[in-house]
Amino acid sequence: MASDQIHKAIVFAGFGGQGIMFIGQLLAYAAMDHGYHVTWIPSYGPEMRGGTANCFVVVSSDPIGAPVAAYPDVALIFNRPSFDKFEPLVRDGGLLVVNSSLVEQQTAREALDVVRVPATKIASAVGSERLTNAVLLGAMLTVEPILPITAINAALQAHMPAHRRDALAANIDALERGSQHVRKQNPELLNSLSI
Amino acid sequence: MTKQLLKGNVAIAEAAVRAGLEAYFGYPITPQTELLEHLSARMPELGRVFLQAESEVAAINMLYGALSTGARAMTSSSSPGFSLMQEGLSYIAASDIPGVVVDVMRGGPGLGNILPSQGDYFQVTRSAGHGDYRPIVLAPASVQEAIDFTVLAFDLAEQYRHLVIIALDGLIGQMMEPAELPPMRDINTHRPDWALTGAEGRPKRMISSLYLQAEAQEAVNRRTQARLKIISENETRWIEYMTDDADYLLVGYGSAGRIAYSAVQSARRDGLKVGLLRPQTLWPFPSERLHELAGQVRGCLVVEMNAGQMLDDVRLAVNGRVAVDFFGRMGGIVPMPDEILGAIQQMQHERI
Amino acid sequence: MTADIKCDDMTITYQRPDAFTDAHTHYCPGCTHGVAHRLLAEALDELNLREKTILVAPVGCAVFIADYFELDGCIAAHGRAPAMATGIKRVQPDKVVVTYQGDGDLASIGAAEVMHAAVRGENITIVFINNAIYGMTGGQMAPTSIIGQKTTSSPQGRSVVQSGHPIQMSELLAGLAGSAYVVRRSLHDAANIRKAKKAILTALKVQQAGLGFSLVELLSTCPTNWGLSPMDSLAWVKTHMLPIYPVGDFKVADGVKEVMRDGVRSNS
Ligand SMILES: Cc1ncc(C[n+]2csc(CCOP(=O)(O)OP(=O)(O)O)c2C)c(N)n1
Ligand code: SF4
Repeated sequence: MASDQIHKAIVFAGFGGQGIMFIGQLLAYAAMDHGYHVTWIPSYGPEMRGGTANCFVVVSSDPIGAPVAAYPDVALIFNRPSFDKFEPLVRDGGLLVVNSSLVEQQTAREALDVVRVPATKIASAVGSERLTNAVLLGAMLTVEPILPITAINAALQAHMPAHRRDALAANIDALERGSQHVRKQNPELLNSLSI
Repeated sequence: MTKQLLKGNVAIAEAAVRAGLEAYFGYPITPQTELLEHLSARMPELGRVFLQAESEVAAINMLYGALSTGARAMTSSSSPGFSLMQEGLSYIAASDIPGVVVDVMRGGPGLGNILPSQGDYFQVTRSAGHGDYRPIVLAPASVQEAIDFTVLAFDLAEQYRHLVIIALDGLIGQMMEPAELPPMRDINTHRPDWALTGAEGRPKRMISSLYLQAEAQEAVNRRTQARLKIISENETRWIEYMTDDADYLLVGYGSAGRIAYSAVQSARRDGLKVGLLRPQTLWPFPSERLHELAGQVRGCLVVEMNAGQMLDDVRLAVNGRVAVDFFGRMGGIVPMPDEILGAIQQMQHERI
Repeated sequence: MTADIKCDDMTITYQRPDAFTDAHTHYCPGCTHGVAHRLLAEALDELNLREKTILVAPVGCAVFIADYFELDGCIAAHGRAPAMATGIKRVQPDKVVVTYQGDGDLASIGAAEVMHAAVRGENITIVFINNAIYGMTGGQMAPTSIIGQKTTSSPQGRSVVQSGHPIQMSELLAGLAGSAYVVRRSLHDAANIRKAKKAILTALKVQQAGLGFSLVELLSTCPTNWGLSPMDSLAWVKTHMLPIYPVGDFKVADGVKEVMRDGVRSNS
């Protein structure tokens, strides 16, 4: 299935409770269903309680050695402490997707692509702040199309646990809104996406 | 079967269930707990035994009891809890009964932390408890290998009537990867001819590790050593990657091994001929193959998540044929491919 | 660290006990570990014991307790606090030695150590937090979990057949000859919290008077792993824990009553 040569290390970082682990797993499921190699690793530790939470997802067309990276290709930043921690680490030429609803900081690094999305605000409009994670993933995949958003939707259908299924439509909606936001701001992406 | 996205700890638990696990005894400890939690739901569902013991001391001795009946049984823990199991491990090994124990290693010594480590290498390979023996030690480097080694562990344990330890670091335990589970096996209701089942219509049997006469004890020790020799001849396992033309050889197991694999790829992109040997069994150790490769490369670099423990075994195997350097991270820090690459480059400069 | 407030018509009604450091605790919102810490700190202040006390931390959510107290402290291996405390006390009998332990630590893995400390009449004080669950490791069943309680290692609810009965440590320890003062209190409302404080004071005085083993069991909450709000957790203590773990004095040895009446070297 997956014929494109890719290798991306993506970090999702925010507060515990922002759905960081879930959204990383969702990407991992979609990548697996798409035929890619993939690893997902949570940060686990005392920091779990109250503090920051992050997870690493590596998606690759080849078998994966290191499931973590010192310098990730992409960082999805959900809150300020995570910006401070990961903004300096994203590799040159990498992508920073920032939840501008909670993060005011701007990067001084010119070698980074930056996408700022008021994700929490958009999520509230869709129905719940808890969808912030889906908005950011939608935005990320629009700029860095590792997988089509339809693959994420399919993964939601296939793997969303029974007790959370009522949130399915809202998640799909949130992914799309995140994508739309980016496309509106970067019209040139519209064409590339419609191919 | 199709692949599922599975967490290492859960994958081991489910693989054990499918391999016909009859009884599990354990005590919560991070980063192993998902294994216990998975079985707390699965085993009762299947009418099998799950018991949360009051401590690891109790868990390993409950295991000793269950194993004495010839049942497939297992326990699991992480470093501080594994330390508490040392006594029982030694008794199980001394009784010549097959047992499987999982150690999901974390940062230490002491209470340490709950992050990934390979600090228990000495503890698992040197004897695991007091006395004079070695357990078989399997070191998976992926979720798939964790599954395969769980099934293998039961088979090896029963084939040799020997203790098998699955030693993984917290990273493999906590990581999710696509992997395929084995089909469900029936529970083996056959009981071997040493099992304690009640002496109905047959002579009595004893499970014991007590030999008061020195001669008797030595005879048992010799028998154990003979068995270990057969095991080391037949069950030494490792994986090689790009060793054919390698000038430098990386040696690493578990997470450190798979990260070293990434370092090999980076090195090759930079035109450096680096290869990897990843032991899958930490005991028996692939010493012979290492000795051979040592004759072919200009240097070895051992990579571990500790201060250098397998390093001793590599040095013994290489036996001075080439220089053996070390790169390790401790305290729960996972080494990065770039760091390993840096260590290779340094070795290259120092050893031209 | 006494606040330097000079305002004539104001009196200080609340301030940080001297026995506390100014560190922020890591406990979850609504967790009553914090309340128990405060009571212990106040009691140590009132008896002027800060510079005499050695605190032995458990393995459990309270593993960092010694960071929060301006006292000498240490962390025992899981369940072994009473043994470590024994070593400290035997070598320095004039010091006050206190362990603070959860129910996994004290009633499960450390059941032997606490029983033998009590049997020996070891002159130490134990603050025992019973929250019916393993907090730190993410909500597994404890020996104190109640029948039917769902935890991550008893997903169908604790059953007697599978896991036996909830363990009543205070009643058990009271039955041992060496224990001098063994009581259970609860932290679910203000009146009970006040009684808990008094019990901790008494236990410390018992140790000062050299009367032997003292233990105060405190019914405590774990909103995070119970999956309840802080308020609902307090209610749960009352509705679900108190019937199995009634508050009460299970052992008050002879000399203790005098200590309670007269007080020992109390500075308050
Ligand atoms: C030998 C050993 N086994 C297991 C653990 C893991 N562990 C840490 S805390 C804990 C239980 C904590 O529960 P409890 O004593 O009830 O205290 P709480 O966290 O609820 O306050 C366990 C099992 C450990 N650190 N050491
Ligand atoms: S996990 Fe439970 S016991 Fe631990 S701090 Fe949180 S609420 Fe308190």
